[in-house]
Amino acid sequence: MAITVRIPTPLQRLTNSQSEVPCEGKTVAELLGDLEKRYPGIKERICDADGKLRRFVNVFVNEEDIRFLQGDQTAVKDGDDVSIIPAIAGGA
Amino acid sequence: MSFTKEHIARYSRQLILPEIGLPGQQRLQEASVLLIGAGGLGCPAALYLAAAGVGRLGLVDADAVSLSNLHRQVLHATADIGRSKVESAREKLTALNPETEVVAYHARLDAATAKSFLPAYDVVLDGSDNLATRYLVNDACVLLGKPLIYGGAVQWRGQLMVIRPGQSACFRCVFPEPPQPGEIPDCQAAGILGATAGVIGTLMAQEALKLLLGTGQPLENQLLTYDALAGAFRRVPVRRDPDCAVCGVHPSIHALVSIDLMSCSHKEA
Repeated sequence: MAITVRIPTPLQRLTNSQSEVPCEGKTVAELLGDLEKRYPGIKERICDADGKLRRFVNVFVNEEDIRFLQGDQTAVKDGDDVSIIPAIAGGA
Repeated sequence: MSFTKEHIARYSRQLILPEIGLPGQQRLQEASVLLIGAGGLGCPAALYLAAAGVGRLGLVDADAVSLSNLHRQVLHATADIGRSKVESAREKLTALNPETEVVAYHARLDAATAKSFLPAYDVVLDGSDNLATRYLVNDACVLLGKPLIYGGAVQWRGQLMVIRPGQSACFRCVFPEPPQPGEIPDCQAAGILGATAGVIGTLMAQEALKLLLGTGQPLENQLLTYDALAGAFRRVPVRRDPDCAVCGVHPSIHALVSIDLMSCSHKEA
């Protein structure tokens, strides 16, 4: 069993068009590291050069915003559901 | 206002809804909604708001209709190419419902126009096409205490959130800061399917009507996401951020400033 990471559409071209990918790690930071190993280039779209979450992207663990948990040190375990949700600007 | 036979007939199918009735219809007639953007979201939203009998609609858009707009901006027709979007929209909305007053603001929203336009409306719908405007609209609504309905649509997916300043999470609580130029990889258009924008624009109108009628549960403190390819809606809970720069405990934003971002910032993360 692994942790399911939901990938937003704009990043799915880095995950072979998969909208959900299994990853492993004990924290969100480890999970994103594992995601980068599996799909090189994806982490820089989610985190800045210092490894901090970009401010227009949110990560939810089991539908809770990690900014209100322990940030990228939020613990994750097998069976958890992690969503990456960037803001959508388009509309006109 | 008193209702004529024509009013009763026009709104009969919604008047029979227990949540509306004559008192609700009267509320709609006395209500006003400002739509930022007369595009893919603003067009369907404005259509349903005018059809439902909202008394006054304001439309803010500085652009002219182009051929590439027509697949999604359902108020504009081929013959409107080159015309101001707000004028084109006003004409169609007035034809649909002459009882609705449509105010066309052929202008770009900035700090000054936001301060000038927003106070006269009950609810604001943000259907703009760039993040700079979205943060500006959010901040303006929080500072002026105006309920805001945020909607976004791109490619095959969309997002929606209702913001009641002081009561529920604002756009900045969820997405604290706009990306800086350079954080966004390129300026190539991401693309959008018209029907995707239609779904989100229609939901924006729906949430506005609920707020105006004071009925149902506003879609607040949650971000609704729509994935058209999967045919799936999801709601993720969001919450007010005590450190929010505009609606937090010690806000750092006290006045509107226009944010200068690259215009192609719709190319997201």
